[in-house]
Amino acid sequence: MLRSALAVLAALAASPAAHADFTGKTIKIGVLNDQSGLYADLAGPGSVLAAKMAVEEMGGKIGDTPIEVVFADHQNKPDIGSNIVRQWIDVDGVDVIVDVPTSSVALAVSAVVKEKNKVFLASGPGSSDLTGKACSPNTVHWTYDTYALAHTTGQAEVAAGGKSWFFLTADYAFGQALERDTTAVVKAAGGEVLGGVKHPLNTTDFSSFLLQAQSSKAQVIGLANAGGDTINSIKAASEFGIVKGGQKLAGLLVFVTDIHALGLQTAQGLLLSESFYWDRDAKTRAWSKKWSEKMGGKKPSMVQAGVYASVLHYLKALKALKSDADGKAVVDEMKKLHTDDTLFGKGVIRADGRKIHPMYLYEVKKPADSKGEWDLYKLVKEIPGDQAFRPEKEGNCSLIAGSTPAPAAAPAAPAAAPAAKPDAGSAK
Amino acid sequence: MSEASAAPAAELAPRSHRAPLAILVALVLVAPWVVYPVFVMKALCFALFACAFNLLLGYAGLLSFGHALFFGAASYATAHAALEWGWRPELCLVFGAAVAAVLGLATGLVAIRRQGIYFAMITLALAQMFFFFSLRAEFTGGENGIQGVPRGMMFGFLDLSRTYVMYYVVAAIFLLGFAILHRTVHSPFGQVLTAIRENEPRAISLGYKVNQYKLIAFVLSAGLAGLAGGTKALVFQLASLTDVHWNTSGEVILMTLIGGLGTIFGPIAGAVFMAALENYLAQLGSWVTVTEGAIFVFCVIAFRRGMFGELSRLLKRPL
Amino acid sequence: MLAVPIQALFGQLLIGLINGSFYALLSLGLAIIFGLLNVVNFAHGALYMLGAFVAWFLAEKAGVGYWGALILAPLAVGLFGAVIERLLLRRLAGLDPLYGLLLTFGIALILQGLFSNWFGSSGMPYEMPSALQGGRALPFMFLPNYRLWVIAVSLVVCLGTWAITERTRLGSWLRAATENAALVSAFGINVPRMITITYGLGVALAALAGVLAAPIYRVSPLMGADLIIVVFAVVVIGGMGSILGSIITGFSLGILEGLTKVFYPEASNTVIFVVMAIVLLVRPAGLFGKQA
Repeated sequence: MLRSALAVLAALAASPAAHADFTGKTIKIGVLNDQSGLYADLAGPGSVLAAKMAVEEMGGKIGDTPIEVVFADHQNKPDIGSNIVRQWIDVDGVDVIVDVPTSSVALAVSAVVKEKNKVFLASGPGSSDLTGKACSPNTVHWTYDTYALAHTTGQAEVAAGGKSWFFLTADYAFGQALERDTTAVVKAAGGEVLGGVKHPLNTTDFSSFLLQAQSSKAQVIGLANAGGDTINSIKAASEFGIVKGGQKLAGLLVFVTDIHALGLQTAQGLLLSESFYWDRDAKTRAWSKKWSEKMGGKKPSMVQAGVYASVLHYLKALKALKSDADGKAVVDEMKKLHTDDTLFGKGVIRADGRKIHPMYLYEVKKPADSKGEWDLYKLVKEIPGDQAFRPEKEGNCSLIAGSTPAPAAAPAAPAAAPAAKPDAGSAK
Repeated sequence: MSEASAAPAAELAPRSHRAPLAILVALVLVAPWVVYPVFVMKALCFALFACAFNLLLGYAGLLSFGHALFFGAASYATAHAALEWGWRPELCLVFGAAVAAVLGLATGLVAIRRQGIYFAMITLALAQMFFFFSLRAEFTGGENGIQGVPRGMMFGFLDLSRTYVMYYVVAAIFLLGFAILHRTVHSPFGQVLTAIRENEPRAISLGYKVNQYKLIAFVLSAGLAGLAGGTKALVFQLASLTDVHWNTSGEVILMTLIGGLGTIFGPIAGAVFMAALENYLAQLGSWVTVTEGAIFVFCVIAFRRGMFGELSRLLKRPL
Repeated sequence: MLAVPIQALFGQLLIGLINGSFYALLSLGLAIIFGLLNVVNFAHGALYMLGAFVAWFLAEKAGVGYWGALILAPLAVGLFGAVIERLLLRRLAGLDPLYGLLLTFGIALILQGLFSNWFGSSGMPYEMPSALQGGRALPFMFLPNYRLWVIAVSLVVCLGTWAITERTRLGSWLRAATENAALVSAFGINVPRMITITYGLGVALAALAGVLAAPIYRVSPLMGADLIIVVFAVVVIGGMGSILGSIITGFSLGILEGLTKVFYPEASNTVIFVVMAIVLLVRPAGLFGKQA
């Protein structure tokens, strides 16, 4: 407590002098995420640790310049997030912003980082707008996005015979985007959507919505929601015998921490997509073990893995460039270098800022098949990155030459009927 | 100065305010050169918000549990006018404050028919409905909010994209709003409000149209809260659901309480304190919540008059 | 969505009733506390969370299962509440109710913050007791046994509490003390102790709801954070301090919310506030409150 009080005083006293040239003295990495709320487990302190592990791997400095990691809690509010980032860049000399789950905050942060010409490595947020109509030359979107999740899960389900769908959608832009993208995939693959309900954010009881899903007789119930909403829907589905009744659940955005919180008994059989799972191969296991030792035995989520890998790649680019003054130049260098790390393997960063790597379709294990508390997934299918992520030209990103200009109706109309949308789903 | 005979303290109050007023103006002018300017701007927006709220709770004794409605509605209105209609910032701000005032009139007409905790509940209910509207409405951008709001050129020549220009505009807005509130509180109108707070039946029996007074106070408070919200939208170039959430309504109560209920300077101190807490303790994660909670408990148990309430007791003069 | 079959509607009504059971239990506690202490207990949601966590603790650390937790958790949380009342709330007696609201809001923040620190935010799974697993197929829906159990417990506890306050001597003291504490203490009744007991009881009801919720929702630090404002609305609609009012309103608003989930699901979190605004305008003291 005293320490932080002193830090406050120091910050107050030091701020006027702090404006200039910190860039040359230290490389400062700012991990901005939810440290206390809904997403604290899948990002939170674990992301900070992941960033520190990347720094450690680079020897703690580049040349003679030491690397430092700071972090803050954006409480999932865009105004708090953008305020912290401004202050970090203006006062504290932070060079790169990392993680930032919650798409609304990430979009705000991306704008500030672009204005200040620093670097934003997005791992936590899902909105594919970050490399689409809101793309920026200063942003790299690493771990996953809504389009990739929708494609991986949606396609696989339809291929496995789940032709008719019903959606439980969180009633906000993110949920609607998930529903829209998945709907497009399902239709393109020859399936149909029988209906859906839009529920308010942070609903506790989903039984009513699930009954509606049940009476629709759809083969697959797509959960276009996140966090606590997803957990509560899966719990209620198990309790009300939805899965036993023959309908399947498809989690469109589920993290390993959610499955752990649910327990296998409830979550078994759920299909979901991730770009990283700790138990995938020897390398991911080794890294996760190291991470786990400092996190009280928990296992890392894909968001935390993405923080590690993106920071590592950023530092490699700095090493090659020997400067961090021009954020855009650093991102250009990151795009030039091929990515290679133990967690995501070899990959590339596209001109629109999208990191390309494989996505994996997993099924949640039955309790009998699990060998430990965190032994949760069974690999169903690997989808190559170029198939999982949205083709560059379809994102309407201004950085892409020859991208189709946005048709007049397309921007900012997520609430409209989910039927025919020109911008998504024309992959096939 | 006809009110002087009715309440001698009222005449005294402004005089005892001269020194603190001078200090306040000096602090506002110097602050951005010592502390991070964007932070001070945020603190000033919340300070104006808290002062506007204090007019209701501290002077008229009306606890509004839905003041985020006005703060948030104005920030949406201002941001929308600036981004979609390309209005000049001063017009956007006036528009935002006007929207808030109109909403204040509508809410006030409904709410002032009830007293005490019921008044609080009606304002809460209306604010929750507005939150729902904001979540659903197209122009608010749902949970993404309205992002990338241009600050623009005020009066055509003040370039608000420059930090220090923006700062002094915010400072001017804050001081203007504060001056209006200060004047209101120490006018005959303010005296009647206080009388209503102290003893409503007596005020009625003295022939005052109590509800009209309450309504005017409510609209004024809503309008100034809106001015604060609109300014915040310009500073952060963002209007979001946070501004209309009931947490914001709760926070403004806390600011006023910490600073000192019914003191003219207290809410400013409370707002700065809360903003600093949120900003500088962001590293502590959920300990921020714990700290905030502990401050609540401490204030209510041992520090009920708030910073300026205690100070005013020590100095034996109203602040 | 308009052509909802009658059978499906039955299902939705039943589900509404189940949710209403939670509202009733929680608002009952809130109403009792408000009635005697004149305090709007904003810590109610946090104490509901605490009840669920105590149950989880008992299962993980002490091997005490669901049935034990059903008794022990409310007891433990009730004691905790009594301590809070003794140490903190008592100092606010006679002050504006606003202060009680702020104090309990602070307590809620502290509890939620501490538990977020210790357990993270995604929550813990809690095993459903085997006796209550499974369910029965009704003609219009599959009804899990556990939900049936929730309705039963809630009804019994709510009516039991109401009977105690209406039919026993303790209850009559309680009601008398609500009206005029000074007079009651003049009769030689220890009013401060009664206040402590009442607060503990109200809080224990919240904890009981927490234990009931543990197997079906997740046990997480924020599970009660948004609940309080809804439950509070229920109490206001029922009439502040009216015990029977809060029980009936709890159940009926659960049903109303259930219907909203069918016809206009997006508004299901807001409908309660619409009702509250209307009720306050038409009958300011609430549906069952005494008109001032």
